[in-house]
Amino acid sequence: MSNHEYVPKSKFGKWFNDRLPLLTLGNHLADYPTPKNLNYWWTFGGILTFCLITQIVTGLTLAMHYIAHADLAFESVEHIMRDVNYGWLIRYIHSNGASMFFLAVYIHIFRSLFYGSYKSPREIIWIIGIMIYLLMMAAAFMGYVLPWGQMSFWGATVITNLFSAIPFVGEGIVQWLWGGYSVDNPTLTRFFTLHYLIPFLILGLVVLHIWALHVPGNNNPVGIDIKKPSKDTVPFHPYIVIKDGFALLMFMIVFAFFVFYSPNILGHADNYIEANPMVTPAHIVPEWYLLPFYAILRSIPDKLMGVVAMLSAILILAALPWLDTSKIRSAVFRPLYKQFYWILVADVIILGYVGAMPAEGLYLLVARVATAYYFIHFLIILPVLGFKEKTMPLPLSITEPVLESSLGSSTIKKESLN
Amino acid sequence: MKNIFKITYLTILLLATTYQVKAEEKVELLKTDWSFKGLFGKFDRGSLQRGYQVYTEVCASCHSMKYLSYRNLSEKGGPEFSIEQAKAIAASFEITDGPNNDGEMFQRPGKLSDRFVKPYENVKEAQAANGGAYPPDMSVLAKARSGGVDYIYSVLLGYEDPPSGIILDDGVYYNKYMYGNNIKMSQPLYDGSVEYSDGTVATEEQMAKDVATFLMWTAEPHLEARHKMGFKAILYLIILTILVYFSMRKIWSRIESKV
Repeated sequence: MSNHEYVPKSKFGKWFNDRLPLLTLGNHLADYPTPKNLNYWWTFGGILTFCLITQIVTGLTLAMHYIAHADLAFESVEHIMRDVNYGWLIRYIHSNGASMFFLAVYIHIFRSLFYGSYKSPREIIWIIGIMIYLLMMAAAFMGYVLPWGQMSFWGATVITNLFSAIPFVGEGIVQWLWGGYSVDNPTLTRFFTLHYLIPFLILGLVVLHIWALHVPGNNNPVGIDIKKPSKDTVPFHPYIVIKDGFALLMFMIVFAFFVFYSPNILGHADNYIEANPMVTPAHIVPEWYLLPFYAILRSIPDKLMGVVAMLSAILILAALPWLDTSKIRSAVFRPLYKQFYWILVADVIILGYVGAMPAEGLYLLVARVATAYYFIHFLIILPVLGFKEKTMPLPLSITEPVLESSLGSSTIKKESLN
Repeated sequence: MKNIFKITYLTILLLATTYQVKAEEKVELLKTDWSFKGLFGKFDRGSLQRGYQVYTEVCASCHSMKYLSYRNLSEKGGPEFSIEQAKAIAASFEITDGPNNDGEMFQRPGKLSDRFVKPYENVKEAQAANGGAYPPDMSVLAKARSGGVDYIYSVLLGYEDPPSGIILDDGVYYNKYMYGNNIKMSQPLYDGSVEYSDGTVATEEQMAKDVATFLMWTAEPHLEARHKMGFKAILYLIILTILVYFSMRKIWSRIESKV
């Protein structure tokens, strides 16, 4: 934020801005002081905004041609793929866009975990982020149901049935969700309505997420508080805009490869078979981005406890700012945490892998161990680590990165600035 | 720049695992060289036209193709029959239309706008005629089976005598590549099942390849447009990325910090 009060140059601008300070907001966004040491892992916020907008725009276009009816949905998707001008392009961007969105959000979340961005004073940003993530999962799940293929239908059946684990009222809730006694047309129409609604809720939360970010300002790879604005910061425009733009373009190249050259690789072949309540697919698997949680769900023998474990795995993240007792944010200065961080990354990847495999034999065993470790990481390792870990000395500012000195005094090394 | 390599590395890792997860599913499928794979992959027109012939003369007696219309046969990126040829193909089918002003259904020759004629009125009729098995609609079949065209190609050529000890019911056949090895479709293709008008020798492999190519096109009619646009889009993005990279370097050179 610039110190001086912003005054629009033109007379009309001033007249308008006095009544609705949009120009002041624009000026704030452009001048927003950003730490200049942000690395490329920080560009995923911008990338995610792009993903959301892309999903909304392509989604609106698809909704103009899609028919939310159990008898017509599959055919209307084929109509989009065959007869709508560039319908195939719009649909493939939308379906692969969901995967790209999750790829970006996982990088964004793991960046936050590595650099401790969830810690004071950024807890609210983090919690809003978790809410966005939950809504993303809901939107993605319901979106996957809309083409009304076999995986759509059976995925919807499996996931909605989870609610039946709730004691006493479970069955009633499931029927209420379905709008009947099985997944059918009423389920499809309500999923479509909600799938259309949720992105706009996400958009609202994204505004809050950014608003909450602009109060304390960005965390940075060194993880120390910095003065804003100062020689440690650069104005958002043009420095961060161009850097985010560059990263976004790189991301779009990967995105384009999926859309144009393997548009169906991330989906499941069974979803090109029209939904058939009489035939159950051999393996019902969710989309890749939900697999770690699916693995946690299946690793618990009891249905109710499985659902509780799966939900806890997500909700535990909201408590993370208080579970992590270390005052040091960045893993760069936490040698032990850094190692546990990478073990967690591996653990989640393993969970994703076994989530795609049948829940039996060795896979089930691995899933159980990985599930246990996931919770141990958050509930035991993180709280204890904050007290036990011997952290490295922090630099005084981001322009004076700490060097080999073990006495805690920081040395300035001119070369490192270039 | 180091981080960019990391990002790329991770993306490749993700891709590799995805491919692996897919690859582990089934027995090794038969491979053949498809002209439509790869960055510049295009359909082989001749193969598509021959594939259509195999479909109509062999498959269509049981398998419907409900999302295709005769007009598609002359559209760009497909078999590209001439309009006249497509019209003649359409006209060779009898379509039930109506009701007319007297309230009666009537028969007329097919038009370009008509959907492909179905072999059976409904699923029940199809099942009744095929020993309880429903011959799946073939419109998107190439995308609806894991393994895609390779799988279809393999199943068509995968008929063999059952290994000793396996006794099959009547009307059930042994297929090396079919899921569960049991298939209710008898071997559809034998050398010379059709007579190609372009002089190509109709071997089993040739027909299987042609019809699989045709099914890839029916499942993905805009594949050629997609590959063509993809190349242009990605080239454009790469050039733009390079330009933006140098702009970024220039802008960041104003201050003492690395990008």
